[in-house]
Amino acid sequence: MSACLVIENLDCGSVRDVNLTLAVGECVSLAGASGSGKTRLLRAIADLDVHSGTVHLSGKDRRCFTPAQWRRRVVMVPAESHWWADTVGVHLNGSPDVDLEALGFGPEVRGWAVRRLSSGERQRLGLARAAALEPMVMLLDEPTANLDAETTERVEHWLAERRHRNGTAIFWVTHNAAQAARVAQRGYRITASMLQRVFP
Amino acid sequence: MTLVQLGWADLSVAAALTVLLAALATWARLEVSRPLLISAARMVVQLALVGFVLETLFAHAALYWVSLMALVMLLLAGREVVARQRRRLAGWWGFGISTGAMFISSFAVTVFALTALVQATPWYEPRYAIPLLGMLLGNTMNGVALSQDRLIEGAWQQRDVIEARLMLGQGWQEAVGSVSRESMRSGMIPLINGMAAAGVVSLPGMMTGQILAGSPPVEAVKYQILIFLLITVGSGFGTLLANRLVARRLFDERERLRVDRLVRAQSR
Repeated sequence: MSACLVIENLDCGSVRDVNLTLAVGECVSLAGASGSGKTRLLRAIADLDVHSGTVHLSGKDRRCFTPAQWRRRVVMVPAESHWWADTVGVHLNGSPDVDLEALGFGPEVRGWAVRRLSSGERQRLGLARAAALEPMVMLLDEPTANLDAETTERVEHWLAERRHRNGTAIFWVTHNAAQAARVAQRGYRITASMLQRVFP
Repeated sequence: MTLVQLGWADLSVAAALTVLLAALATWARLEVSRPLLISAARMVVQLALVGFVLETLFAHAALYWVSLMALVMLLLAGREVVARQRRRLAGWWGFGISTGAMFISSFAVTVFALTALVQATPWYEPRYAIPLLGMLLGNTMNGVALSQDRLIEGAWQQRDVIEARLMLGQGWQEAVGSVSRESMRSGMIPLINGMAAAGVVSLPGMMTGQILAGSPPVEAVKYQILIFLLITVGSGFGTLLANRLVARRLFDERERLRVDRLVRAQSR
């Protein structure tokens, strides 16, 4: 498998010396106690926080990309999604209907008012919005935290399909060990400020 | 026609009314009495002082005295802008950007007006230069302070939304766009409204002053129109420039939103 995202000697906040490679189409899970720095690590990879270390995408240094180009290729989906316009459709410009359907929405969702969305709907639409950018890497911060079992399975299935079809690499933060084993090929955990391999 | 002289008794009556207002505000538990009284006292002392300064300045109309006076006014305006922020850029950035923007816009417009339009001799004749600069600087200061406060406060409150937009690959200008537009609007609105109401609802201060001093109303109106337009231009450019520079400073070279560059100000 060819390397997609290569992280070297990354220090951010409390997390030290992260070295990690994501292959094309691979899913890697990340666990850790709350406050251990999982979100900070994702933010650093998406270049949203000041940090040290280098990150390469398909062999190209991050500094060769403009910040906007980088974040479109390595897109972070935070645990809580934020919306700036009143209706959902404005945010879903590039989202094809098939993605929305796969996540359990009809095309009429584009006309919905953002403020009337439930937290689970926000979370799924946040994923659709990010996926519309056709990123090479998705950094997902507890993407199914607000979802019931059935919708969680739907989202997992949709993301697995994206990995196989588009070769999207996924870095998936989850507290649920069973989910990590289900969706990821490799699992890591942050213990005592260090990234440690949990499985295989 | 001579100016009717105001006696100290007239001023004390007006002062008593202000104290009455402050007392009422205290009684209603509005937290404005203290700043109201402090500002009123400042206004009285500052104007009394500037009266003497102007008399001296008019007697010695040298370019370096006029420049010194202008510089002091500019620095005080910069300080005032910073003091009005609920949150401000850390370090000297807030003061530097505001002062720089006000310098570029107000001074350019004042010098242009003095040399090309008013054409007094010498062009820096303090009787024209200082009041003109004062009006421009005062209005530019209001615009810059208001829009900067809205911009920084807006960026702070909407930091999650701004970051969400960055995460989706928008550039910093797009991500902060709606906040920036709104703040620019609030900086310009007082002037736009002021012009719309001028003459119909309100008689502008300068014109009123000239008429009180015995100028024919038509002459006073011509000056007022000139001043209004100059103020709009100076204030507009100053606000625009400060707004742009502050917005840029909210992001770093990798277009990350840097709320760590903001500090909370103590309330006045």
